[in-house]
Amino acid sequence: MKVTSEDELAEIVRGRADGLRIQGGGTRPVGRPALGDVLDVSGLAGIRLYEPGALTLVAGAGTPLAEVEAALAAEGQRLAFEPPDWRGLLGTTGEPTLGGMVAANASGPRRVQAGACRDALLGVRFVDGTGAVVKNGGRVMKNVTGYDLVKLMAGSWGTLGILTEVSLKVLPAPEAVATLVFRGRDHVSSADVFARALGSPYDVTGAARLPENAGEAAETYVRVEGLAGSVAYRAERLAAIFPEIGAPDAILTDPGENARLWRRISDLDVFRGTGADVWRISVRPSDMVAVTERLSGAQIQLDWGGGLIWAGVEPGLDLRARLGVFAGHATLIRASEATRARIAPFQPEPAAIAAISAGLRARFDPRGILNAGLMG
Amino acid sequence: MDMPVPSDSVLTRKAAIVARLRRLLPDDAVIDDPAETLAYECDGLTAYRCAPLAVVLPRSTEEVAATLALCHEEGVPVVPRGSGTSLAGGALPTADSVILGVARMNRVLETNYTDRYIRVETGRTNLSVSGSVEADGFFYAPDPSSQLACAIAGNIAMNSGGAHCLKYGVTTNNLLGVTVVLMDGTVIELGGAHMDAGGLDLLGVVCGSEGQLGVVTEAILRILPRPEGARPVLIGFNSNEIAGACVADIIKAGVLPVAIEFMDRPCIRACEDFAHAGYPDCEALLIVEVEGSGAEIDEQLGLIRQIAMRHDPVEFRESGSEEEARKIWLGRKSAFGAMGQINDYMCLDGTIPVSSLPLVLRRIGEMSREFGLDVANVFHAGDGNMHPLILFDANKPGDLETCEALGAEILKLCVEVGGCLTGEHGVGIEKRDLMNVQYSAPDMEAQMRVKDVFDPKWLLNPAKVFPLDASAGRRAG
Repeated sequence: MKVTSEDELAEIVRGRADGLRIQGGGTRPVGRPALGDVLDVSGLAGIRLYEPGALTLVAGAGTPLAEVEAALAAEGQRLAFEPPDWRGLLGTTGEPTLGGMVAANASGPRRVQAGACRDALLGVRFVDGTGAVVKNGGRVMKNVTGYDLVKLMAGSWGTLGILTEVSLKVLPAPEAVATLVFRGRDHVSSADVFARALGSPYDVTGAARLPENAGEAAETYVRVEGLAGSVAYRAERLAAIFPEIGAPDAILTDPGENARLWRRISDLDVFRGTGADVWRISVRPSDMVAVTERLSGAQIQLDWGGGLIWAGVEPGLDLRARLGVFAGHATLIRASEATRARIAPFQPEPAAIAAISAGLRARFDPRGILNAGLMG
Repeated sequence: MDMPVPSDSVLTRKAAIVARLRRLLPDDAVIDDPAETLAYECDGLTAYRCAPLAVVLPRSTEEVAATLALCHEEGVPVVPRGSGTSLAGGALPTADSVILGVARMNRVLETNYTDRYIRVETGRTNLSVSGSVEADGFFYAPDPSSQLACAIAGNIAMNSGGAHCLKYGVTTNNLLGVTVVLMDGTVIELGGAHMDAGGLDLLGVVCGSEGQLGVVTEAILRILPRPEGARPVLIGFNSNEIAGACVADIIKAGVLPVAIEFMDRPCIRACEDFAHAGYPDCEALLIVEVEGSGAEIDEQLGLIRQIAMRHDPVEFRESGSEEEARKIWLGRKSAFGAMGQINDYMCLDGTIPVSSLPLVLRRIGEMSREFGLDVANVFHAGDGNMHPLILFDANKPGDLETCEALGAEILKLCVEVGGCLTGEHGVGIEKRDLMNVQYSAPDMEAQMRVKDVFDPKWLLNPAKVFPLDASAGRRAG
């Protein structure tokens, strides 16, 4: 089933008794496998408004992300949260859409400084499980009119409603970028680099680590962006604030080289084609070392200054049993359908919170037809 | 302003309810003497007043939970209150409600510079959060202009902003976790010191819910390293249109100032008379502030000067010293005080797309003449958050009503051009009856469903946010 308008979509949902699997580009098959026919919303496409001077873009949820990024680039702007592309990771081939990005709250390395997708999301339109068309938020940067369903929809994976239109805050792309590279630093030493860099006044926009891979040493990265003079100054100052572990082994200043490197980090290229199950673990940054110590044998990429751990582990393993109790959550992002049916992909919630989540789903989707069961 | 008829059943049981509260809580935590509850009859929106049934001032999450559980059982509405600085009537009591004030819960519970967060009880004031990390070179970014007095609890309830959110975002972008007590007394924790939600983003919907989903007693706030320095420039223009175009060009150019403030002529005049900041005599003023090291500031200001010069400003004033920087901000910061000295005023809070700035300012000028009340404009131009101040005389019969009617027209205009009713103050009771200008019935239904889940009896902060007719069926149940 493919829809081309919001009205048509609302009509289909109203008349629907069975489950629907909502799909934009179909590039993020994440969560418990949902039942039902595929509902293709990629036809709800097109940029409807783009005002560079107001830092705002409004587009249909089915609009390809690539189209939006090209339009922004033409004006020297970008989506600050650096949305990751998981096609390589998940072996999918479609075209990532804005709706899918928002439904997944997909946020890349710059999240540490610029916020997540949900922080840039100014407004949504969606069709809920009763077929009602709902709008929330708008296209302005400050808006506290009524409850913030915008945040609720971001990261709800289509289980509360089907996004039809999204408004996003965009930001100017910087004039210059520099990345400090530290080679062969372990997790303890990397945690120190991250904490010092992010605790400095130099406005760090990326703090990540790629593991040792195919004979290449592990590398720990710290990125700054901005006006050329400022970037040069900040990179130099940052290089000097790590007395115990020494200066960085390299400073990358070539824009193309930087773009490729952070793309690899954002898109999780390290797990491409490895056959491992891939977990995403969100922790307090200073808990990172203790948590990764429980993951011996796993291939680990760090992002968000250590607050985001990506772990490639043996297929079928229930990693939560290995992790034990920790503050944060673990999500199984890549695994076979059988594994995702057996192990809850999303972190089980405490009873009182699970009751609220279930209550919200029951009210937004009373017949349980929207990506039913995907989030557990 | 219509408010629901207070529940007779609650009013007649006042003595019994207060007695139960006293058994549950320390002696000094419950206030029911009408002479004392009078102090809680309004918040910053003083035009509306109503003394509550009683006031409870707990000292811990446990006491909050016990209070809520009791009120839930007794069917007593509860109005949460931080410092009571709301400009929207967000903490206005009803006669049958218990005010639950968190002002005594103001401790810092944990400061963590490695992970850059601070955990506080929510009665703590906004400014004192920054104050407690300042010596270590950190700050808490959201800075509403009431920051000396306003509490984090209220900031979270209203998703407060401030002058510097162009760069740093508003409360929701700086809030990592909360401890929330639900109306039935259940305590839950949402978020934490990690950076995102594991399931549905409930933290995101609690923030900005105007105290209607739960009482937030503790918060984990993101703190940021203080920039090396900051410096403002003042740019004067001969028309609002040109100033608006300059704002758009600065934003497009890729410099992201931390603040771009805009004042129109009536506001400039009043501030100048009041604060003698030495502002130029012109139609529109911008104050643009950038941050960084001295050289970085020079680099950014160089670019801003280039852009401003293309718009032929009547003045471009850089600050060469702390004192000059202070003088540039002086007038802006005293704007509300200056207005208060010459008149009663009502402060609006609509947000508009930045591109509509000239049109909206022109229309406000026309409406001002039509209604016969002066309007001064001072606002956060970078993010389109307007603060038109409508001047009126509270002692003149009919003036308040005319002022409210003009305010409603201005807010409708904000929505019409693609903006919203409120950018940072919240709906409260003030804009409650305008909600249907911005939202359709299904839009509000979706929001009210969220309240159904968190507060099925609709006891928390009653009669706010949603028009009374829209919520009638639910409140009765």
